[in-house]
Amino acid sequence: MRLPPFQDLLDRNREAVYRFLVAAVGHQEADDCFQETFLAALRAYPRLERADNLRGWLLTIARNKALDHHRRQAQHPVPTDRMPEAAAPAVDPDHTEVWSAVRRLPAKQMSAVIYRFVNDLPYRDIARLLDCSEEAARRNVHEALKKLRGATHE
Amino acid sequence: MSELELTLKLRGDLSREAASAAVRFAETAAETGALDVAYATVDSPFGPLLVAASARGLLRLAYPDEPVAALMEELAEQVSPRILQAPGRLDPLRRQLDEYFAGSRRRFEFPIDWRLVHGFGRDVLRVTAHIPYGKVSTYGDVALRTGRPKASRAVGNALGANPMPIVIPCHRVVRTGGGLGGYTGGLQRKERLLQLEGGAPR
Repeated sequence: MRLPPFQDLLDRNREAVYRFLVAAVGHQEADDCFQETFLAALRAYPRLERADNLRGWLLTIARNKALDHHRRQAQHPVPTDRMPEAAAPAVDPDHTEVWSAVRRLPAKQMSAVIYRFVNDLPYRDIARLLDCSEEAARRNVHEALKKLRGATHE
Repeated sequence: MSELELTLKLRGDLSREAASAAVRFAETAAETGALDVAYATVDSPFGPLLVAASARGLLRLAYPDEPVAALMEELAEQVSPRILQAPGRLDPLRRQLDEYFAGSRRRFEFPIDWRLVHGFGRDVLRVTAHIPYGKVSTYGDVALRTGRPKASRAVGNALGANPMPIVIPCHRVVRTGGGLGGYTGGLQRKERLLQLEGGAPR
């Protein structure tokens, strides 16, 4: 199995992973999750059996790290709990409300909507990442948008 | 597209933050030993040299004319795909190379990982590693010291394939009678290195 040098993966995908994480966990926590994502990927890399969808593989790890992060926050709410939202203006000063609503979506919908808009992925790829049909991927995005409209009174 | 959808595109530019997060990641990976090969570049009078090392030691030093992508592919295949640009592990060697080019260092103190060199080639390079700064040896001499006195041509080939020029000083091997012979990085570089060391066969 010929795998490209890991630096290639990092160079080609760092921005996609970082954007996903900023959207999923907020600006403040994105870096920690980024480090965890790539460290987990590096550890598992030599045992990888397919190299045809490395970006998808990394985005899946990133999603798991983001969900771990959400779980940790739910279990141990700390006073800095609101930091991600407070720091969000550094990314998108006009829309903090939208991004907090995104982070409150059910896991699959959150991932689907971020993959679709932040990462600009086609539904075919989103379906593959979420291990569901293309139709289900569309439905998840659609549901997410409906909830977000409700939450932000658009 | 609705305003909400436009917002969700997160149009802020995150490329610089992503790049610095990536640099931090590579250094952490090197410190914790999660990577197998670290590489870095070092400025030199010949342009940026690329150096790559495992936890055991130096694997590769390349002149600027070798394309980095091809080098990385080669290391990924022959050593491990866990390769990252992580200068930390190579800092001592980078410093020593600086000193060498400034004329203030005569030998390198950095471990060598020999795994890319096999058999006779390894014997040749080990003998070559002992030729002192400022001195030269001949292909015939090196052949003799590897125990194969008639193999000077094979010695030339082994030196030509030296994966760690400068550090393993194959530039110190010249022809009997004073000719420079050949060099991986081109004869001008060989001449320049010998001049730097004050040992040019003149």
